[in-house]
This record gives sequence, structure tokens and C-alpha cells, in this order.
Amino acid sequence: MAVVRIPTVLRPQAGGEARVEVAGATLGEVLRALVAVHPALEERLLDGDRVRGYVNVFVDDEDVRYLGGLDAPVGDAAEVTIMPAVAGGAR
Amino acid sequence: MRFADVAQVVGRTPLVALPRISPPGRTIHLKLEGQNPTGSVKDRVAASLVREAERAGHLRPGRRVLEPTSGNTGIALAAICRVRGYPLTCVMPENTSEERRRVLEMLGATIVLSPAIEGSNGSVRVAREMAAADPDLFMPFQYGNPANPLAHHETTAPEIIADLPDVTAFVGGLGTGGTVTGVGKRLKRWNPDVKVYAAEPEYGDLVYGLRNLDEGYVPEVLDLEVLDGRIKVDSLRALEMTRRLVGEEGIFAGVSTGASVAVAVRVADRLPEGSDIVALSPDGGWKYLSTGAYDPGDVAAIAERISGTLWA
Repeated sequence: MAVVRIPTVLRPQAGGEARVEVAGATLGEVLRALVAVHPALEERLLDGDRVRGYVNVFVDDEDVRYLGGLDAPVGDAAEVTIMPAVAGGAR
Repeated sequence: MRFADVAQVVGRTPLVALPRISPPGRTIHLKLEGQNPTGSVKDRVAASLVREAERAGHLRPGRRVLEPTSGNTGIALAAICRVRGYPLTCVMPENTSEERRRVLEMLGATIVLSPAIEGSNGSVRVAREMAAADPDLFMPFQYGNPANPLAHHETTAPEIIADLPDVTAFVGGLGTGGTVTGVGKRLKRWNPDVKVYAAEPEYGDLVYGLRNLDEGYVPEVLDLEVLDGRIKVDSLRALEMTRRLVGEEGIFAGVSTGASVAVAVRVADRLPEGSDIVALSPDGGWKYLSTGAYDPGDVAAIAERISGTLWA
């Protein structure tokens, strides 16, 4: 099972949970399984067959854009992190 | 080396190998941007922002400069604006450290505070409102100004190529995106096989908790196409590597440097034997000393304690 980390802003749509365990061999399968458990997340996360803009998804710390998007492989003990896009820092 | 004034002293920074941290068969090199005149990579960006604005006629005697920044960009702009004769105003969140404000004020900058709860987005909002209301104010806005990546395309990358023509990969931090975009494009023009990776700071829940997904922001100067990977680094891993740099390599760098070196170590495995990886160190550690990042003790406990202010 992969663990999906839910950012603070999306926890109200995930029953208040910060971490949700779901099964899936690809990111697409994992996210489909996630929205099956918490349907309110769907429109916040997915835009048809794509991850919405301003949402960054990482599998084991790597941005899925460079791993094949929704086809990105997700290992058995993988951590999937959903994060809002934030610019800046010590600039 | 002699220079006409401080604005001329930008760049030509050392590229230093990290023999104790590099994994077997690969060499990680660190480009020490803390060696720039005000102590960060932003000296390159500030010089480029001002030069291009003067060239385009946006800046001329009598105009003033305004920028939302609480950090290195403000300090770099303050120094260059001082020698070029432009009054500078910096807009920053009200929770910015006292040291930052003191340095900026010392260099003659005027400080305007924006609400802490709005973070850097709030500073951008306030600065935009001020610029719209005053035609004498010029806002370079590094997040959207092509002069930012241009600085790296024209200076940082050519220096890397001159020092290390066989460079295999580059790792830079992700803030405005100017570094990875500018360096990455130039290195790939030099050799299309060069890989470019971004180290993305993973801010604490404290920061993300304040953000709404619909207000998310991707800087205009960031070109995601130039990247081969984007890897997030949390406070603990960045801090661990920052402390290893000082303890094992004798390099006292800021926390963003630790994040980029951590990514360099991670990607080293997927690069061929003999690879030379360049990571960019945006600044030294002095400005972060008061955060407690280098204090003795358990690094996990320190990371936990300061994760809210570490990247601010």
C-alpha cells in the first residue's frame, strides 16, 4: 500500500486525514483509489485525465512530471506527496 | 584583481570538489556563490536586473526601485542601487528576521512590511499596489523578469563550462527558477546530454497551511521543460547535509546549499561512473546562524524546532 500525504488545505476534503493508505501500481491508480475513498478530493486534484495546475505531486520525493505523470510507477511502500505550488524562500 | 566599483565584482566564483561527500566513482563540485560581493548568488541577478532595466530605459536618474524580497535579492539590489544612485524600497513579511532588516537599512534601503500571514505572496501584492500607484517606481520583479535567468545564462553557466567542460549534471535550488532555467539552458546548449535537476525545499506545514491551491504560483521565469527531475528535500535532510558540509568539507554554507547537495548525492547513482555533478551554493551560512541550524545537538530535534523559519 502506498501512503498519500494530504496537504493541510485539502484535509477538509479528506475527512481531516493527513495520511491515507491506498493501493495502486501507478500514480493514476493511486489517485483514483484515493478519490474513491474521499470523493470530495476529485475536483481539487484532477482535471480530467491530468493533475490540476498549482498542484505538485511527488512519488518518493520526485516530481511525477518527470516520472511519466499519472503513469509514474508507485512502489509498494511508496510515499505520494501532494503539495501546493509555492514560490520563494530565501530570495 | 582590481575593480572600478563593487558592482563590477560579480561572479567568477570558485568551483570546489567535495571529495568526502561525493559517492564512489562520481565527483560533486560546489559553486560557491557566497563569494559574491554581498554574499549570495543574487548579486548576479541584481546586476542583471538593473543593467537590463537601464538598457531598456525603465531605469534612469530620478527613478526609484521597488522589489518584494526579504532576502538575498534585497541585499544585492540595495548594494547595486546604492552605487548606481537609485533609492530602493523592499517589501517583506513582517516576521522577517531583524538581521535582514538591519543589513538592508544599513545599505540605505527603505523597508515596507506586509502581513506575516500572507507570506511572500503578500509582499508581492503590496509591492504591485505601490508600483501601480507611483509612476516613478520601477519594480524589476525577479520572479517574472527574463533578466534573472539571463544572468545565469550569460555568467554562471559559462563559468561552469570554462572550469569543468565535461560537466555531466547540474543541481540548483528552486526559488524563482532563474538559476535552473538560465544555467540549464546554457549547459544543454553546450552539451545536450547534460542533466539538470531542481532541489525543491519542502516547507513545513506551517507555510503550506496558509496557502490556497487556487493561489498557487509558478514563477514566469521557471521553465519546467529544461529540467530532467525535480526532487523535494525536507528540512531535516537539508540540515543534515548542510552540517556535513561544514563538518566534513569545511564549507560553511546556507541551508539551500545542503538541499542541493543532498539532491546531487541522490541523482549521482543514476549517472554513469566518472560523472561530474555541479551543485550551486547560493550563499554562506552566516545569515542563518541565529536560526540555530548549526547548533550542537540532535539534528532531528533542531530540524523540527526550526522548520517553520528555516527557508524563510
